[in-house]
Amino acid sequence: MSDIKKFMFVNRKAPYGTIYALESLEVVLIAAAFDQNCSMAFLDDGVYQLKKGHQTKGIEVKGFEKTYGALEDYDIEKLYVDQESLAARGLTAEDLCVPVEVVSRAELGKLMEEQDVLLSF
Amino acid sequence: MLHIINKSPLDRNSLDTVLTTAVGDGAILLIEDGVYAATKGNAYEPKLKAAMAKFKVYALQADLEARGIADRVTDGVTTVDYAGFVDLVANNKTNQSWL
Amino acid sequence: MAMIEVNGKSYEVDEEGYLVNLNDWNEDVAVYLAQTENVTLTDQHWEVLNFLRDYYNEFQIAPAVRVLTKAIGKKLGAEKGNSQYLYELFPYGPAKQACKIAGLAKPTGCV
Repeated sequence: MSDIKKFMFVNRKAPYGTIYALESLEVVLIAAAFDQNCSMAFLDDGVYQLKKGHQTKGIEVKGFEKTYGALEDYDIEKLYVDQESLAARGLTAEDLCVPVEVVSRAELGKLMEEQDVLLSF
Repeated sequence: MLHIINKSPLDRNSLDTVLTTAVGDGAILLIEDGVYAATKGNAYEPKLKAAMAKFKVYALQADLEARGIADRVTDGVTTVDYAGFVDLVANNKTNQSWL
Repeated sequence: MAMIEVNGKSYEVDEEGYLVNLNDWNEDVAVYLAQTENVTLTDQHWEVLNFLRDYYNEFQIAPAVRVLTKAIGKKLGAEKGNSQYLYELFPYGPAKQACKIAGLAKPTGCV
């Protein structure tokens, strides 16, 4: 496994309304299981994915908030969240279900440039 | 880096997000409904023109034609065919399709 | 959809024999599923199965082998947190086979 690449999963959709958030989570777990260097970025409505306290029983859909807690076991330790997107939604890092690194849009743009592969969700 | 946009800027914020997030020196390719951003008189035109200082902007000819707007492309936008689309992807180290 | 019958009760399984409904699982079902895999369950097996069920309840996923090995080492000790130990218990793959017996879906990323 010499060919390790830097993958960034860019998440811009709220959970449950579309399948993107869950798909992203599944794919990042697969990529990490293959020992790739994975990070996740959350911006725009994507920050809603990490809002803690999902109760999905009423909509009869499997909730996946808890799965973000497993990312650390998969060595996916870098979760970047856009400060501006949080602020625009009345959220702060304390509202999120896992520890994250809050960054500015400019910092996020630079991080994207450093990747080998970007995956968009 | 190449940023690919396929949504109208008056419907979705993906182009806004690119312009506020992406580091410059890259290219933006407008496809599908994204091509509306590259038309004269569109409310987004001033923002796109300002972005041209930082980005080279392309629009897919076939999508412009399909929507009857190939004759009103904003000055400074380069139109490309499908082969040009492939060249853009191949010539950039990474690309991001902003869904 | 295929069915299995254990102690007079029917349970739905998929084409590979995995339980369709997570909540159908019980110890009798586990013993039955283990038999179909030619595994005789010992305390060591149960320790791993219970670990997997706990992991699923906490994170809503079945862990990949590498993650399972590491997490078991952390919880049950280094002598158990290695793939040799786990493959001895579950020769056809700790993730695949143990998850099946534990009534979980196949782990994400497991082909």
